[in-house]
Amino acid sequence: MTATQRNCLIFALWVMALAATPLWASNYIVRLAITIAMYTSLTLSWNFIGGFTGYPSFSTAAFFGLGCYAGALSQRAGMPMPLAWAIATLFVGAFAAALGAIILRLRGHYFAIGSIGIVEVVRLIVSSWGSLTGGGDGLNLPLLGGGPNAVARIFLGVMLAIMVVTFIVTVIVDRSRLGFGLRCIEQNEDAADMVGINTVRYKVTAYTLSALLCGTVGAAYASWTGYIDPNDSFSIIMTIKVPVMCMLGGPGSVLGPVVGTAAFMLLEEVFWANFLDYNRAILGAVIVVLIFFLPGGLLALSYRDLVARLAGTSRGKKVPKKVPT
Amino acid sequence: MAYLQTLVNGIVLGALYACLAVGFSLVWGVLNIVNMLHGSLIVFGSYLTFFAWHSYGISPLIALPVVALFLFVLGYAAQFAVINRVISAPVLTTMTLTFGLDLILYNFMTVYYTATPRRVTLDLGVIEVGGIVMPVDRLIGMALALLLTGLLYLVLRRSRIGRAIVAVRMDSATAALMGIRVNRIYAITFGIGALMAGATGAIFAVIYPVTTNLTGTYLGKAFVVCVIGGLGSVPGALVGGIVLGVIESFSGQFFGPQHALTVGFALMLVLLVVKPTGLTGIKGYE
Amino acid sequence: MSSTILVVEQVSRRFGGIVAVDDVTLALKQGEIVALIGPNGAGKTTLVNTITGVLHASSGRIRFQDVDVTAQRPFEAARRGIARTFQVVQPFPRMTVLQNVAAGALFGGKLASVAEATEAAREQLEFTGLSAFADRPASALTLAGRKRLELAKSMAMQPKLLLLDEVNAGLNASEIDGALRLIRQIAERGVTILVIEHLMKVVLSLAERVLVLHHGELIAEGSANDIVRDQRVIEAYLGEKFARRASAANPKFAQRTQQ
Repeated sequence: MTATQRNCLIFALWVMALAATPLWASNYIVRLAITIAMYTSLTLSWNFIGGFTGYPSFSTAAFFGLGCYAGALSQRAGMPMPLAWAIATLFVGAFAAALGAIILRLRGHYFAIGSIGIVEVVRLIVSSWGSLTGGGDGLNLPLLGGGPNAVARIFLGVMLAIMVVTFIVTVIVDRSRLGFGLRCIEQNEDAADMVGINTVRYKVTAYTLSALLCGTVGAAYASWTGYIDPNDSFSIIMTIKVPVMCMLGGPGSVLGPVVGTAAFMLLEEVFWANFLDYNRAILGAVIVVLIFFLPGGLLALSYRDLVARLAGTSRGKKVPKKVPT
Repeated sequence: MAYLQTLVNGIVLGALYACLAVGFSLVWGVLNIVNMLHGSLIVFGSYLTFFAWHSYGISPLIALPVVALFLFVLGYAAQFAVINRVISAPVLTTMTLTFGLDLILYNFMTVYYTATPRRVTLDLGVIEVGGIVMPVDRLIGMALALLLTGLLYLVLRRSRIGRAIVAVRMDSATAALMGIRVNRIYAITFGIGALMAGATGAIFAVIYPVTTNLTGTYLGKAFVVCVIGGLGSVPGALVGGIVLGVIESFSGQFFGPQHALTVGFALMLVLLVVKPTGLTGIKGYE
Repeated sequence: MSSTILVVEQVSRRFGGIVAVDDVTLALKQGEIVALIGPNGAGKTTLVNTITGVLHASSGRIRFQDVDVTAQRPFEAARRGIARTFQVVQPFPRMTVLQNVAAGALFGGKLASVAEATEAAREQLEFTGLSAFADRPASALTLAGRKRLELAKSMAMQPKLLLLDEVNAGLNASEIDGALRLIRQIAERGVTILVIEHLMKVVLSLAERVLVLHHGELIAEGSANDIVRDQRVIEAYLGEKFARRASAANPKFAQRTQQ
């Protein structure tokens, strides 16, 4: 069995496990499964620009939020849900493509900050444009009939479908010329240029891919919950969590985002339930631990290295490392 | 005439912003780390100052150096224990790590102090000169901000530690070969960053509400100042701060105060694309 | 069969007040091996950068195979058939040696699929003698190995013009001989080669023509024999001692009236 076949098999099993939750678990667990599916799509999307290409994007919340609003406004204008979601996807994709051409000229810290700046600017614009977006009061959408449990089952299906699509795109990119080129860019952008890769086009493609399905997820989320507002749609916490989930699993790999999201959300469940007041601090602690002990993510873990790290910490003189420019 | 008032307001604001950002800019320029903790450190300094005043009647002027020193120690320790591990790691790692630390500090402040806004109310009145009105507390705040920024500039220029920091910023490998204990310098620089944050917090406790809700706002302003003024230099932070202050002041006048933050960010985005090294153009050596 | 493949016409490149390349005109014929020599800071790498699109000329034109390429971007140069190596090698460190070369074949060489590119890469690895290292990460190679990797990657791009920037820097004598053999084999395949070199032994044994750059200006051009005796070149770069030794070692090079 090739690596790709193994990855697809593991993924398929995971999808089936999530899909089966309405059969044996409580509604709370079903909602958790929906959230896991949502975040897995977001993380797989982020993986294109952050993992494959190595550009630390913190724009996920901008794409998700715009998807929420584009979907919500389309639905309120009378369109059926699937059409609204499609419109949101295209809108967010176009936004990312236009923005990408500009912002991908930046590298490293400047790119990261630019990408956060976008979340803030978009949120502030949406908040202020009250006549269109309802401003700080948020927007209501028509809810699907049938009661919350039936609706939850439908949206579990929707979110899982989006997750499967995102995974398939990831596998295709991983094995394609695009994926190869993005990895070259990640390892040495100047050399990639010299070898014949149109780095601008590849980066914009990756950035657009990283946005498209976030828009779909956002629109579907809006349809599910029936109410959105700027603070929840453009949440900085979400925009930080997604890269962390990917880092937890292993950025640049096919299964890493899936594993990372699952591990993160299950961890969060365990702690959240018990320590509501401290959930941010715990998230922070998880991040710190992750960075120290799992630098390549769970899938790249070498247990021998881990033990050595734990034993060798704060021991002996460290040679100062060169600060990258 | 009204424009002159707006301009003066902007300059006073700008001095405060410069002080806010200079520690952040130094850490970024020397360690190449974007310190997502910075906003929370400022608010932490504000809280400590507020409670010193509220519970013990200690004047903020006296609390300032104490708070600053305390935060220096905190920053130094944090650098040694935690941040030094990732000093040459990629951007994603360092930003996420400092963000994680920020989440921890933020959460503890929210739980311990609650987010209810407080303020050190000193009722110092206003001064009027030639038609320009200025609250005295802001004026004193500006003076202190400029004093601190100036002191930092002198330290970087004149003292041995300062020259060592500048050397590390220019070329850490060569600095190490010259006998500079680079790790120690990193820790001191981060400590200075925290110190300036704490001092800014002490000043802000008198002028602005003290609440954890503002950590993100302060961090955002630090970013903008750095992009406008350039990294790692005190003059850069001064230029950036004043430009931001004046722009915010005027845009507040024309677009309303609630858009001030958006304007700042939009300006930052434009500058990032057009001239990311900032208005001073070079990575300054001060 | 000797058509002109590259024409550089009055190209200058300024950086603020500094003129790094000053009104240089040169032409390369297809299949030639030409050396570009000159002291450090003469502008050799800058000139190569303008030819490959990394920098753009401040004035002047560059034509490659009769197409005006003055304003091209680096990846366009690569796709047109201009390949170069770097003084400081630039591999993709975490990819295997095979993958590094496959990148050249896939993008510069414009092959259709990753699988085809990998096959083509194996051929290039054989040609450069790196087959044994195919599955090792590029970062594991020695300096000589990395220089060969650069050559292999460049060849995988199926170039018509190959610009070698001090490909021998840091190599010992036997490694240099190996590199020279390889370069000659590449020339036999019909590739036009421009070598930036400091080692006169390499220049004298390899180059049919030599161009000499000094303070950004082309101060001499001719066969290796001729430029070695050119007074300007001796003053600027070679030094009197070298000129004396060259004359002493070979009476044919006896000093005559210089230009």
